[in-house]
Amino acid sequence: MTDRLAGGAGSAAGVEVALPHPGAARAPARTRVLESERLLAAALLAPTVVLLGLFIAYPFVMGIWLALTDTSVGRPGRFVGLENFVRAWTDSIFQAAFRNTFVYTFWATVLKLSLGMWLALLLNRHFRGKRLVRASMLLPFIVPTVLSTFAWRWMFDPTFSVLNWTLYQLGLIGDRWWSLSPTKLPFLSDGTYALACAIVVNTWRGMPFFAITLLAGLQTINPDLHEAAALDGAGGWKRFWYVTWPLLKPVTLVVVVFSVIQTFADFQLIYVLTGGGPANSTHLLATYAYQVGVHSGLLGEGAAISLFMFPVLFAVVWLQLRYLRRLEGA
Amino acid sequence: MVIEQRWKRWVFFYIPLALFVVGTLFPFYWMLVTAVRPDAELYRSWRAPNNAPFWTLNPTLAHVRDLLAKTTFPRWLWNTFFIAVVSTAISLVCGLFAGYALARLRFPMAGALGTAIFVTYLVPPTLLFIPLADIIRNFQLGNTPWALILTYPTFLVPFCTWLLMGYFKTIPRELEECARIDGATRFGAMVRIIFPIAVPGILSAGIFAFTLSWNEFIYALVFLSSPERKTVPVGVVSELIRGDIYFWGQLMAGALLGSIPVALVYSFFVEYYVTGLTGSVKG
Repeated sequence: MTDRLAGGAGSAAGVEVALPHPGAARAPARTRVLESERLLAAALLAPTVVLLGLFIAYPFVMGIWLALTDTSVGRPGRFVGLENFVRAWTDSIFQAAFRNTFVYTFWATVLKLSLGMWLALLLNRHFRGKRLVRASMLLPFIVPTVLSTFAWRWMFDPTFSVLNWTLYQLGLIGDRWWSLSPTKLPFLSDGTYALACAIVVNTWRGMPFFAITLLAGLQTINPDLHEAAALDGAGGWKRFWYVTWPLLKPVTLVVVVFSVIQTFADFQLIYVLTGGGPANSTHLLATYAYQVGVHSGLLGEGAAISLFMFPVLFAVVWLQLRYLRRLEGA
Repeated sequence: MVIEQRWKRWVFFYIPLALFVVGTLFPFYWMLVTAVRPDAELYRSWRAPNNAPFWTLNPTLAHVRDLLAKTTFPRWLWNTFFIAVVSTAISLVCGLFAGYALARLRFPMAGALGTAIFVTYLVPPTLLFIPLADIIRNFQLGNTPWALILTYPTFLVPFCTWLLMGYFKTIPRELEECARIDGATRFGAMVRIIFPIAVPGILSAGIFAFTLSWNEFIYALVFLSSPERKTVPVGVVSELIRGDIYFWGQLMAGALLGSIPVALVYSFFVEYYVTGLTGSVKG
């Protein structure tokens, strides 16, 4: 760096020499390379591009190819066209998994958004111990999903469920007049209940993400706006609907997009909580792809099943990009 | 501002907040209670008359002891830690370079590349794990930590790049120009002036990336096979359940111990983590 200064220090001041100007062509080759914006950009981006190309773009293309062949573990496949997709589409377990994925994503997102918004509004107020409460609220989000889902699975245990015990002690199950059910609840042993349980656990885990992100959005809203609305006679609900919500919409949309993608492609929660059971009734696309592609070793069919996620993910990402563009344009 | 009545504050604030706190933390409490409860108490019918499942009067460390002595759990902890640290470091370096280039340098296709990296950010691992398993096998990386160290950055790098790019854009250009006038090269100005200023952003990205790698499951499940190579989430799922039998005491002890490192890192850097989290969804 200093040698370049010395190199041109004949008559001009050092300041002038160090600035990039046409005269820099006389500088040594090493300096020219270091000063070129394009070369530097290429060098800085190379590791990222190579990594993402090798482990995202290449597997994506290969996944499409695999899905068009009948490859299985240890046996190179031959081209079979769309056979895998057709076979999956007519398979009743696949159909259930496909339906479950939408039901799971829809309800989990609705619950996460409404509860997350509520929690954000609560946390946006001043109270003692606020920092501690806020920090502990994020715990479900940072603890590995697999490990916390095991705790839930244990809470939903058919024989030793603490939830059933609590409901029983409260008389909500049993033979009291206010009981809702005479027997304990079949949390994970009934398909419908099991999917509902998975939605509850997903909500429990994902809600803090909504709450904290929305809280960050809430904190950027000028309190004067609320005060003005209150002076004009707007109640709490009206203030939320006409002041908070419109200002919060952009950040809400982004959070929902992220959450929809994560939930739609979820694997670990179902894998641990139900394993797709009972009787394959709670599979999602990802868990069914795993069962077919890895457990049964039918790589081609498994790849085809996971590719069924692609159109929805693509649509969501496309909407998101369009929205970002519009924001930048505005 | 708006003055509230007392009962209103209770009904609309304290009680809902308390319910949120209990609902959020109960599973962790339950993990802890189960981990220290003796087996005889664990497996007692939920209708037993003297059953008091919310706490235990005979706490024991037997499950933790068994977990540490009779299983490869300590090994899994180390694997998870090692893989998370190395892949976070790789992702930070890539993210710093790429984020700087996208935020500061002019070159053809900059916009397209930025969009492409953002899109890969949204590609979930579950879409790619089957072909990726094949590629890992072809590269002879199967069942080694490198299978994960090289694939985790696929979801960490886009995130780090995105976050750090935003951070670099907030740093005034003048700082760099001053350094350049003093004779620093572009690269020198980037490394010595901009990166040190970006330390809070680097910490946020690093903490967030670390928790994400600690949490990762499907790649670790598919790419690793020997018990002593596994990470905590995969080890707990595949090795602590023997046959069809769940040893709940040990499982919950494992879940607790496997969560503590990441919870500790988080608790020391809550503010950075929150910045990373909220930054991760902002353009």
